[in-house]
Amino acid sequence: MTLKNTTRRGVLKGGALAGAGLALPQILTAGSHSGYTNAPQGANVTLGFNVPQSGPYADEGADELRAYELAVEHLNGGGDGGMMNTFKVSGGSSMLKGNGILGKKVAYVTGDTQTKSDAARASAKSMIEKDGAIMITGGSSSGVAIAVQGLCQEAGVIFMAGLTHSNDTTGKDKKANGFRHFFNGYMSGAALAPVLEKMYGADRTAYHLTADYTWGWTQQESIQAATEAKGWKTANNVLTPLATTDFSSYVAPVLNSGADILVLNHYGGNMINSLTSAVQFGLRDKQVNGKNFEIVVPLYSRLMARGAGENVKGIFGSTNWHWSLQDEGSKAFVKSFGTKYGFPPSQAAHTVYCQTMLYANACETAGTFNPCGVVEAMEGLEFDGLGNGPTTYRAADHQCFKDVLVVKGKENPTSEFDVLEVVEVTPRAQVEYAPDHPMFAGGSLGACNPGA
Amino acid sequence: MLNLNQRDTGTFLFVIIIAVLAPFIMNPFPTDSAMAQFNAGYPDLMQRFVIFGIFAIGFNILFGLTGYLSFGHAAFLGVGSYAAVWMFKLLSYNIVPALFLSVIIAGIFSLFIGFLCLRRSGIYFSILTLAFAQMSFAIAYSVLSNPKFNLTNGETGLQVYADDIQLFQVENLTTPHLFGWTMNTTYELTLSAWDFQFNVGYYVSACVMLFMFYISIRIFRSPFGLMLRAVKTNQTRLNYTGVNTRPHTLAAFVISGMYAGLAGGLLASMDPLAGAERMQWTASGEVVLMTILGGAGTLLGPLLGAGFIKYFENILSKINDNVLHAWFQYLPEWLENSLVWVLHWFTGKGWHLTLGLLFMIIVIFLPGGLMDGANRIREALRGRKAKKNLQTPVE
Amino acid sequence: MDALLLQILNGLDKGSAYALIALGLTLIFGTLGVVNFAHGALFMIGAFCSVTLNKILNLSSTTIDETQKDFLGNPLKVKTPYVESWFGEVAGQSIIEWSVPLAIIFAIPIMLAIGVIMERGLIKHFYKRPHADQILVTFGLAIVLQEVVKAFFGANPIQTPAPDALSGVLDLGGAIGLQLSYPVWRITYFFFSVIVIGGVFAFLQFTTFGMVVRAGMQDRETVGLLGINIDRRFTIMFGVAAAVAGLAGVMYTPINPPNYHWGMDFLVLSFVVVVVGGMGSLPGAVLAGFLLGILESFASTTWATTTIPGINQIIIYLVAIIILLVRPRGLMGREGVMEE
Repeated sequence: MTLKNTTRRGVLKGGALAGAGLALPQILTAGSHSGYTNAPQGANVTLGFNVPQSGPYADEGADELRAYELAVEHLNGGGDGGMMNTFKVSGGSSMLKGNGILGKKVAYVTGDTQTKSDAARASAKSMIEKDGAIMITGGSSSGVAIAVQGLCQEAGVIFMAGLTHSNDTTGKDKKANGFRHFFNGYMSGAALAPVLEKMYGADRTAYHLTADYTWGWTQQESIQAATEAKGWKTANNVLTPLATTDFSSYVAPVLNSGADILVLNHYGGNMINSLTSAVQFGLRDKQVNGKNFEIVVPLYSRLMARGAGENVKGIFGSTNWHWSLQDEGSKAFVKSFGTKYGFPPSQAAHTVYCQTMLYANACETAGTFNPCGVVEAMEGLEFDGLGNGPTTYRAADHQCFKDVLVVKGKENPTSEFDVLEVVEVTPRAQVEYAPDHPMFAGGSLGACNPGA
Repeated sequence: MLNLNQRDTGTFLFVIIIAVLAPFIMNPFPTDSAMAQFNAGYPDLMQRFVIFGIFAIGFNILFGLTGYLSFGHAAFLGVGSYAAVWMFKLLSYNIVPALFLSVIIAGIFSLFIGFLCLRRSGIYFSILTLAFAQMSFAIAYSVLSNPKFNLTNGETGLQVYADDIQLFQVENLTTPHLFGWTMNTTYELTLSAWDFQFNVGYYVSACVMLFMFYISIRIFRSPFGLMLRAVKTNQTRLNYTGVNTRPHTLAAFVISGMYAGLAGGLLASMDPLAGAERMQWTASGEVVLMTILGGAGTLLGPLLGAGFIKYFENILSKINDNVLHAWFQYLPEWLENSLVWVLHWFTGKGWHLTLGLLFMIIVIFLPGGLMDGANRIREALRGRKAKKNLQTPVE
Repeated sequence: MDALLLQILNGLDKGSAYALIALGLTLIFGTLGVVNFAHGALFMIGAFCSVTLNKILNLSSTTIDETQKDFLGNPLKVKTPYVESWFGEVAGQSIIEWSVPLAIIFAIPIMLAIGVIMERGLIKHFYKRPHADQILVTFGLAIVLQEVVKAFFGANPIQTPAPDALSGVLDLGGAIGLQLSYPVWRITYFFFSVIVIGGVFAFLQFTTFGMVVRAGMQDRETVGLLGINIDRRFTIMFGVAAAVAGLAGVMYTPINPPNYHWGMDFLVLSFVVVVVGGMGSLPGAVLAGFLLGILESFASTTWATTTIPGINQIIIYLVAIIILLVRPRGLMGREGVMEE
């Protein structure tokens, strides 16, 4: 056996000796590999879709999976092409031609993250080690995204993050092989604060309820900073355990605290439950300091907002994308998704569809699947037509910069999907920040890792 | 051999052979065939088989012998993982100090928890261990991950960063290794249509597992093991005869806690990230299921149970509709679609359902777990001749 | 003072859910001696009875409205619930609005049936098996039940609001000069649980049936020797326990929108409550439920979390450990139950 110290994989190639019926292993050197992990052999290229299929975010995972299937169909030339037709990169149309990626047909494998970092890594590893996936994508929480991003960096494959809103994903935990299309806590704050000031005035006191883990903290920090810059005061920040199902004991003291705004830094089931409790306690009907008491949910997800029913009406928040947008890309995507599945796509579906298209385009631009080539093609990429207006993938931290939507719960929904309405499209310039902003400081991208 | 009786030597040799040949045994299907979906012979899953095997073997020393049902063993696994990653962060990526510390820390932690919990028995004991484990989880998930004193890194999981101290770090060794032998090195052997993967990490874990399995056999056969069985059979009578059982049960608790810590350390060595979910009650429940499913109180049972659960978790969850269609594409379309529609509920996102059904079926029809099934098959093969030996206890 | 009263009220409100779930669980422990890991799933199924009724009442006829467009630009399909077309719009809407209270009537027979089928079909075969086997098989059942619910209803929570008359807040302290208002539905839930708990106790205390069951809980063999078919009564008690869990679930849906995972969320907690109360003791379970509810409320006040950071994360478990170490059989446990 030959062993190279720096390579991750040694290769023993063997062939069955014809006629003899005996198989004798033949040792070859690593030359047969193309110098990066899971270089596609044959006519197919395999992508790994790692989404939550069990646990609280299973519905978002299912929607992500639908969008991935749609993206694969479009990449392979099927369907109506969706956003592939509207996707433009700086200086012309995208490189995608509907003949797979680099002439190889796109195949995929799926796995269940269970929204646990351990399980997500196990699932991603099995895709890399067993199925030869060249790229891993998906996920619906920041813990999982950061854990899988780290794994992909070590293994030498590209990671295209799904839903992850924590500043850390492209902050202190950023990795050269990882890319985030979704927006983050800082952007939510920067987009929301001006609208909140306009709607509710500058003289407000906010009370924060915050999910007691990394994402909650970074979002709370971002929102507090952004609103205090507009003159708001912060009365209190109360941390709530992730496992809380009944938020009544956290909501009950809010009214007597002197605050006139409640900010719920919760997501998913936590958000639904805390919002439901807050409305139950009649907070929205109260007057404090002569002003109407208001509730804010900084990060909205339409799928989840539906679970909160009537309670979301009129409540402000931010979101990455919404199906009611009227640009060409969004319309094309909603049309092909809606025609195939019968309902409009969620922001999770939109993000992962974009990520798949962006990855495919980067491979085409680079002319290779080699992660280092892809990273180079992706860094600084400017594109348009994917539903968020002109967008840039910043080279310094692999964060996408694009417009952010400020939304509010719709007062008179016309259908069960019509939960949110877009209040303002916050221009990109307003949510940009320097790569070394204190909330994102620490950590480094490192160098791209092509693996073996 | 090795001070084992003939029967145990046979069992031990059997496990050794399976462990060594696992990359072949787990990969029975050619790589490009439709059945390759069922192959389990890739490094990550094989590592999980043996590591969770260690966890379950250790748990079986407590539960299988003494009958004390702990619902908090995942806490020791989690503590072991954290200890190992901290060793990577502070010293170097060498796994020896990491494993050493994870066993020690888990030992101390289990001594403390065991000392308190073993004052009660039955379900009171179970709930006490559960409460300690859930507290550990909550503390690790949020309290100890605050920016001022970040011991666990919370939701994201503890991992090694480039700017960590790593006092004895060797250039070029940026992943866990055993004196330069990196865990993620994999040799591939291609034999016509088959691909076999031989992973350093797997073999290191397998060696540890074999050693721990040997220790567990010795414990089972020792006077100490006999004493533990006596506790299970009738603790009151044992007390009346003047035996203080507490030190024995505590010893068993700590030993099994150290097994869990070792498993946690190994998990972190194969993949240097320690997440708090490892400590959640569902993780504790999982090892209970592994042990009962395989056959509590038997030597091989826990290993079988661990393999069973990890196999279904990892293989079943990856079978999506696309794969199903590929399997049945040769059938007429209506049959293909209806088969896919039926199986759709049991694979991919429905893998939990299948697992739940399998738990129920096994425990209803095989009261002694998978080992019970294996014995029945053996008896059936031997035919009537074996009837005389039916009295031999299930091992 | 206001804050203190508010937290006590909140504790009672939380505690009533805990007490209801724990009551059913203890009934099963006490009568059948079975560790039922599927009890949380029964609570969840109860909640989904309410969701199901809501869906049934919302079964709609579809008409196509050419004037409006859906998201794809096709003519909008307008749905009118059948109950509205049958009973008129106003009456129909109020029937739908009252779906949660109506679900109580809907859920009782269903939950009784589920309980009896579960006992006769599955649990019966596990009386003589070790507790570990009971745990495994009921845990498997819990997973199966929750996955079936997930397959039908999805993973996201589903909103099932309370009727308008019972939502909103009630001002409790206005008369005595305190700032103390509390959601009407939560107060309703508290009284509902008191009634159910009272009903179960009265049933056991004042009926012949209950007397026999209590005797059977003390000494099953002797009661059997007296020629009483105790098994049949225990089967019915299993059904009652399932119904109690189910009702707790039905009434809980307006407080939090239910999702398929509720069973597992409440499972650990309910076991802790039962054990803290003491195995085999019904009053113990109720007492422990309210006690833990109140303590949990106090632990989540700002005062508590600033004094001891993270106390709200661990309070339940901490209290459980302390009580079990101080009192060997929980608050009111009987000797010899589940101690082997």
